[in-house]
Formats: sequence, structure tokens, C-alpha cells
Amino acid sequence: MSGGREDFREILRLVRPGTRVLDIGCGEGVLLEMMAQEKNIDGRGLEISPSGVAACLTRGLAVVQGDADRDLADFPTQAFDYAVLSQTLQAVREPRRVLEELLRIAERAVVSFPNFGHWRVRWALLAGGRMPMTGSLPTPWYETQNIHLCTVGDFVDLCDELGVEIEAAGAMAEGQPVREINPRSFMENLRAESAIFLLSRRTRTDGSTPEDRRPAKRASDDLFG
Amino acid sequence: MDAASRSNALMAETGSLIDTVESGGGVMRFPETLPLRLEGGGQLVGLEVAYKTYGTLNEDRSNAVLVCHALTGDQYVASPHPTTGKPGWWTQLIGPGRPLDPSRYFIICTNVIGGCMGSTGPSSINPATGQPWGLTFPVITIGDMVRAQTMLMDQMGIASLFAVVGGSMGGMQALQWATEYPERVFSAICIASAPRHTAQNIAFNEVGRQAIMADPDWRGGDYARLGTRPEKGLAVARMAAHITYLSEPALQRKFGRELKKDDVSWGFDADFQIESYLRHQGASFVDRFDANSYLYITRALDYFDLAASHGGVLGEAFRKARNVRFCVLSFTSDWLYPTTESRDIVRALNAAGARASFVEIESDKGHDAFLLHEPIMEAALGGFLSSAAKARGLEP
Repeated sequence: MSGGREDFREILRLVRPGTRVLDIGCGEGVLLEMMAQEKNIDGRGLEISPSGVAACLTRGLAVVQGDADRDLADFPTQAFDYAVLSQTLQAVREPRRVLEELLRIAERAVVSFPNFGHWRVRWALLAGGRMPMTGSLPTPWYETQNIHLCTVGDFVDLCDELGVEIEAAGAMAEGQPVREINPRSFMENLRAESAIFLLSRRTRTDGSTPEDRRPAKRASDDLFG
Repeated sequence: MDAASRSNALMAETGSLIDTVESGGGVMRFPETLPLRLEGGGQLVGLEVAYKTYGTLNEDRSNAVLVCHALTGDQYVASPHPTTGKPGWWTQLIGPGRPLDPSRYFIICTNVIGGCMGSTGPSSINPATGQPWGLTFPVITIGDMVRAQTMLMDQMGIASLFAVVGGSMGGMQALQWATEYPERVFSAICIASAPRHTAQNIAFNEVGRQAIMADPDWRGGDYARLGTRPEKGLAVARMAAHITYLSEPALQRKFGRELKKDDVSWGFDADFQIESYLRHQGASFVDRFDANSYLYITRALDYFDLAASHGGVLGEAFRKARNVRFCVLSFTSDWLYPTTESRDIVRALNAAGARASFVEIESDKGHDAFLLHEPIMEAALGGFLSSAAKARGLEP
């Protein structure tokens, strides 16, 4: 999807060392391997293609072949500290359910996706009257796997509806460092080519809030710091 | 006493065959003081376990790989079969430059107990009577097969296996090892297998057993003493089972409605190529397999249910195995042990927090795909094994 994987660097910075991480749509395991080497995480992956899983096994990763829409249900509740869904949400059949599953499986979710509200996307549609093709959306409409594209604003609405807390949000553009944003800002929804969110459940089954559990240092300080 | 010195002590006591390991195998005879305790009650005294080995056990005794065979397999995993002369059944995985390279690993394959290639089974002589066991042989389980393997590992001074690898029934043994002896298993590979036998699995096995027992030459299982062989029954059992090892598209592609001659015979000869193929499969099988072994091993398969001894919860079975690295593989066209069975294993491994990897391999070759050249399977196994070897500190 996104050519340079700026989100990999950011996810890597965000994830606390020694935690348990599930990478959904982990491909050939590049991010998982980076996290294992640099953050000493205990990682697991879910990947749809058999050759991707085979490549992950060669890297020594524990990866299960499966589909985010179908197989997240197989993972036990709160088994991970983080569930990572990098540039994949827009390609799943049921984004809403997948988002709920992420925060059932893990305490926090890291989700990145191309922003359909970006000004270049809006301009392509407005001026050209054609489905946009941009850096974060490089594939023509008839070949893209993206079936549920959304804007930063749409995503924030869904989080609100599901009672998901947005701990931090960032805007990404190819070749540039991630910039922390206010995801509710009209202007950021125009400016962000693609976006990355750190999410958690607003309330937990044990009654504690994310605030109670958060380490002294805010996770977002580690994120777009 | 550690495993090595226990092994040395036993060698002195029994003149054990440990020295044949280097040369590639033999038959381990256990003294009466070391009987095999059986899950169904009782024990087997004077146990014999036949095995083959490839490669050399390293100084740390850390590079041993146990390969477990399927229902009608044997220890000749990478050697020509003594009866048929055919190459070993997993030569595509074992050899220089292959996923199981004997220059890196010490590879062991045992004939399961209940079998007929040298390990104690129903065709062995019952030491108490001097006659073949026949149906007086005790019913054995996958757990018993594995316990016999642990006894051989004890004799070889192998406290911990680098990997236990198997397909089909061999995969069940790998799961049994990992759940029953997790401290002795570094990694487990389970291919085209299942955590239990389903009603359909049991049904097909029952057809095979009934075919054998309906053969008048079976003689109530006493055929060895009475000098007959239930070849017809065993051949039919094999024919029925063989269909379950293939897939509908593979059969159709290979045989379709092809005839043996130009026209049908208007009778019951083998008109169709598929009939002639199955008859050949049945006829050649009886040369290398024992009918009672077929009964006992299919029974062991039917009784297998990994969750049963853990309150019916498969995840509980893997609770102690959280430090074992698991690799589970299945094939899309396998309808004997379909992918859903492997997914059950993977789901349970995830629930237990074990280190699980899983690939469903696209193939139209059915269950037998695990015995064939499947590049994704070989890549996955090679990758899994070499990264596990690195984690184990084994030099390439």
C-alpha cells in the first residue's frame, strides 16, 4: 500500500520494549522482525498469503496464516499488549468488527490507513472526476484491494461510536517524519496523506480506565515525540 | 543419574545396540526390568523398538530430530524399503541441502509399536506363550507409541529433542510428545494431521477393519499361527483408505473415466483405470504390511483425542507446552484431516499462549500431499527448522 513504510518506524517507536505484539497482515514479517530485534517484543503475526508466512518462518517468527476478517476470533481476549494493523483496515470486509476485535485481543491497537480526505484525493475527484491515484493510493480502482476507504474524520467518528479512546494520532507522508495531529481538526483531515492512530478501550471489564494502566510516561510521548 | 549415564549403565546391563546408531539403526531390545506401561492398563515386557538414524548426534546431544511415521509408514524414512526396494517415504525432506540435513541434525525414525517392521506388534512372538500375539496383543494408543519412543531416547542419552516432526499419524505423535513431554521437545512440526479422530475418520477405519475381519483367512486374528494370510481383506482395507488419501480433482485428472481396454467388459473386471490402480495399491500393500497391525494402529488413531485427557479443552493440553515452538501445516484439498482440524490445533495453541506458526498450503493432491514435493511445505519447514536451530544454538 504505502510505498515507504513510514508507519513501521513510528510503530517501532511507539511499542514499549518487552511487550506482546500481534501484527495483523504482517506480510513477510519485516516489521515483526524489526520489533523483535530492536524492542525485544514477543511477537506473533497473522498473514493471508502462504508464501508470506513461509518468509516469516525463515525469519524465525511465529506467524499464523489467516484472514483478519475471519481468524481474529481465534485469538484469546487480552492476550496481547498491542495489536498492529498497518495499512490494512481499508482492505478488510468488516472494518468495524475488526477494530472491535483488535481491542478485544489487545490492550492497545495501532492502526494506520490512507486518508481519503487528503486534499489531493479530494482534488482528483473534484477536478478530474476520476478515482484518485496518489502516493498512498497507488492502484487503479479496478485493481485495488481497498474496499473500505475512509477519511480521518470517518475513522474518528467510528472510534467515538465504538467507545474507543484515541490516545494519539499522527499524519504521515512519504519520506517525512510522522507529525502528531489533532485528529478532530478539519485542516488535518485535508493535510494528512495517511494517518496512524494509537487506540485503547475507554472502559475495561475490570472497571479501570486506560489512565489507570498507562505507565507514568504517556505512550504518545514515545509516539510522535 | 542423567540420561547419558543411565544409557551407559543400561548398555552394560543389556548389551544394548547403542553402537549401531552411527551406522544407521537397528532394533533396541528393552530388558524385562524396563517394560512399556500401557495407557489401556498392563504393560509390554521385552519391548523391541526398530529404528533408523541419519547423521551424527553432536556433543551436546542437542541436534536430535525424531521423525514420526503415518499409519502404514515405517522407519525407512530416507532408506530403500527392505521389501519393496522403493526409496524412503520422505526423501524430499531428508538429505544434504534439504530441510532435514543429516550433516546438521541427528535424525531418528522409529517403527511405531503395534507396527510390523521390527517393533513389537501383534505379529511379534509373545514371550509368555512362544506364539505370535495376534489378537491377544494389548490395544495400544498414540500415547503408548510415544512412550516407547521416549524409552529409546533415554537409551540414546537424548534428554531433549531439537524437533519432533510428523505427518498424519506422525503429526499426532508430534503433538503427543509436545503436550506430554514438553520439557523434552524444543520444537514440534505437525503436518496434515488432527487433534482427534472425527466420526468420519473412525468410520473409514471401521470399514477397513471390517474388510480384514470378514476375510476367512483372518481366522479370528490367529492367521500367523494357522499359516494363512488375510490378503484380500487387507487389500480392500487399503483400497478404501487410499481413496481418502487423494482428492477428487487429483483422481479425475489422473484417471478420469479412462478404460484399461478399448471398451467395457460388460462384467466386473477392472474396466476403469482407477479400478486397476486401486487393485494394484491393495495387492502391493499386503506384501509389506500385517493385517493385525492395521487393526491395532487404526484403533490407536480412533482412540486419539488430545483434549479428552484435559477436560475436553484442547487449549489446556498445550498449557504446559508454551515454550515449545510449533509449526502446523495443512493442505487445501486434504479431506481426511482437513484444514479445520489444523486450525483447531492453532486456535488451542493461541489460547494457551504457545509459539504457533501455521500455513495452509494450496495443493490439489489431497492428504498425500505431505509425502510429495510441495515447494511451500519445504520452504516453510526449512525456514522454521533453521531459525529454530539458530535459537537452539546449532551451527549450520
